[in-house]
Amino acid sequence: MTALRGFIVKEVRHILRDRQTLWLILLLPLVLVILFGFAIRTDIRSIRVAFVDPSPSAASLSLQNRFEGTPTFRAAATVASTRALDPLFRSGAIDEAVVFPADFARGLGRGAGRLQILTDATDPNIGSTMTAYAEAVIQEWAAERIGSGAAGPGALVSVRTGPAVAPETRLRFNPTLASEDLFVPGLIALVLTIVSAVMTSITLTREKERGTMETLLVSPLRPWQILVGKVAPYLALGFVNLVTALAAARLIFSVPLRGSVPLLLVEGLLFLLVCTGLGVFISTRTDSQRAAMLASLAGLLLPTTVLSGMIFPISSMPAWLRPITYVIPARWFITIARGILLKGVGLEVLWPDTVVLALMATLLLAASTRLFKVRLT
Amino acid sequence: MTAAERGLRLRRWLRTVGFLVRKEFLQVFRDRVMMFEMIAIPIIQLLVLSNAATFEVHDSRVHVVDEARTAESRALVRRIGASRYFTVVSSDPSMAEAERDLATGRAAVIVRIPRRFTDRLAAGRPAPVQLVLDGVDGATAGVVRSYLGAIVEGYGAALEMRATPLAVRSRGLFNPTLDYKNFIVPGILVLLVTLIGTLITSMNIAREKEIGTLEQLNVTPLRKSEFVAGKLVPFWLIALAELTVGLVIARLVFALPMRGNLLLLFGAAGLYMVVALGVGLWISTVVQTQQQAMFLTFFVMMLYVFMSGFMTPVESMPGWAQALTELNPVRHFLLIMRGILLKGAGFADLWRPLAALGVMAVTVLTLALRQYSKTTG
Repeated sequence: MTALRGFIVKEVRHILRDRQTLWLILLLPLVLVILFGFAIRTDIRSIRVAFVDPSPSAASLSLQNRFEGTPTFRAAATVASTRALDPLFRSGAIDEAVVFPADFARGLGRGAGRLQILTDATDPNIGSTMTAYAEAVIQEWAAERIGSGAAGPGALVSVRTGPAVAPETRLRFNPTLASEDLFVPGLIALVLTIVSAVMTSITLTREKERGTMETLLVSPLRPWQILVGKVAPYLALGFVNLVTALAAARLIFSVPLRGSVPLLLVEGLLFLLVCTGLGVFISTRTDSQRAAMLASLAGLLLPTTVLSGMIFPISSMPAWLRPITYVIPARWFITIARGILLKGVGLEVLWPDTVVLALMATLLLAASTRLFKVRLT
Repeated sequence: MTAAERGLRLRRWLRTVGFLVRKEFLQVFRDRVMMFEMIAIPIIQLLVLSNAATFEVHDSRVHVVDEARTAESRALVRRIGASRYFTVVSSDPSMAEAERDLATGRAAVIVRIPRRFTDRLAAGRPAPVQLVLDGVDGATAGVVRSYLGAIVEGYGAALEMRATPLAVRSRGLFNPTLDYKNFIVPGILVLLVTLIGTLITSMNIAREKEIGTLEQLNVTPLRKSEFVAGKLVPFWLIALAELTVGLVIARLVFALPMRGNLLLLFGAAGLYMVVALGVGLWISTVVQTQQQAMFLTFFVMMLYVFMSGFMTPVESMPGWAQALTELNPVRHFLLIMRGILLKGAGFADLWRPLAALGVMAVTVLTLALRQYSKTTG
């Protein structure tokens, strides 16, 4: 046990001595969480719209004014023919176009107005939302004109005010669908996964590269003690990262904290154990720092971003792919963190996710201890 | 200097760079684990992640609380269940039970039809239907809200045979099938190639520093420009080869449209890769150890992933963050990739991002040349 204590002290000294790297490790996750917490918005705030109006009339100008009056739409161009739209769409200067036919005013007077909305659907999700926004503006405008009789007597007959069935929507747990509340817990999970896995995989492969692993192996330390000594300090560093990131989420982004703080911290520690375990596992399969980093950064960054549910809902993925998300540790921690932070639920709901994380930690650490090579080739 | 002398110098320069390139290739291809990672990571991730990145909603679980229990309310429930987006998992009249299902995630949405529903309909007054959504899954909540709202309103319209005075026709351009893959595959491909390329270049010189072979190179009559070219060219070739393989896979597996000029695409890719690898090289000259190189690369990659418009729209970001994305090469290259592949854009549409990449290429190469010093200590 004294050997292990001595080894941990040595590791801590190593970490504390390299000030530059230590600052990088401590500040990087915090900077990323704060920067992206402010910068990333998943809602749509600014739609650049062009109008094709070959024969401007009071009616068409009134609708254009209505678009410009909304906070969401920004008039980017007014052109006379749809042909002029092509280069605007291709270069990405506009997102959407409202096309008035030449006989718009006359048609509207007869109660048979026509309009066309063209939307850049390169991103289909955003595309359909932009279409729906534009349709809503137009319908509201039309309803008001009819209400005020501006559309002529013909139109009045066929319209009633108000819908027959009115859906009222309530959003539980995140009433405003605030981006930060959803995004920040996911971001914390992503950053911690990578920083923890990378740190541990590097520290072990570096010993191999420098040849100091031989020294460790001939020392009285047992293989598991070497692993524990390597993991423990980085686990502590990861925990500091977790606490500062959560504090930033709470203090800067006012992410709600409805559940138990001790539970969140314990779950966080469990999650960090899985991530460091992942790092150890990677280091048993690789011999150079380069290969270890390629595996832990390139192998984890995009899969964790896409498959953890932090951005893309897991329920939207095809059925064959959903089981693949089970191997992503962040997937489980994000459910836990969102549950505790936003829903205020406890272990009675989150126990399956906790059990999975515990199993992952056990498996990874057991496998690493077995695969840890005590002999050099 | 005569033309002959200049020719001789150029030939000598190329010969030296050629030797260095051969040395780098030998070193890369020798490390079997690295080779495997460089090929397997992008291909597997491209194939898997492209399927996962979608916001589509299908079989969203609905808990119905039918307090009215009339023919009309049952017709509405049938209409919801018939939609391919929703599955009615429970039809229990207790609201408390439904809220519990929402908290545990057994249901994604509650549809509550109040007792007065049918009476209000009969009286010709708007009949309310309450939708309660789980806001924790923000992206899904938005989509579910609009789909479910449309079904409920559609039911009302069917009851009323309501006619609108203004017919609006909407069309999504460039992606008529609204296939999310068309949007996301180019992004995933670009990020994967960038990730691998930046990682291997950024760790390259740091590794030579750590091992001590950089000093050996420094005492040779090698010039700075030869050194930088020798470090850049091999990885530039590897990255372009990976991009080509990725595009072939995207075409064959995901039927990615390629509407524009592929020659322009590869020209832009060549320019972009100089920027991306130049950033890696610059990182490599600033840091002392591979560990630091790795953390800086991680930071840069996070900026690439989240501030490039890869998943979340740049236009939604606050002004300062949008200005920051102008410095992001991935943002410009993604505009070019999506423009050429999906919109069939040409040089005239894309000169701005191309010019931005050109300026970045020159800047980053100058920086790397300046930063790299042949003296140590």
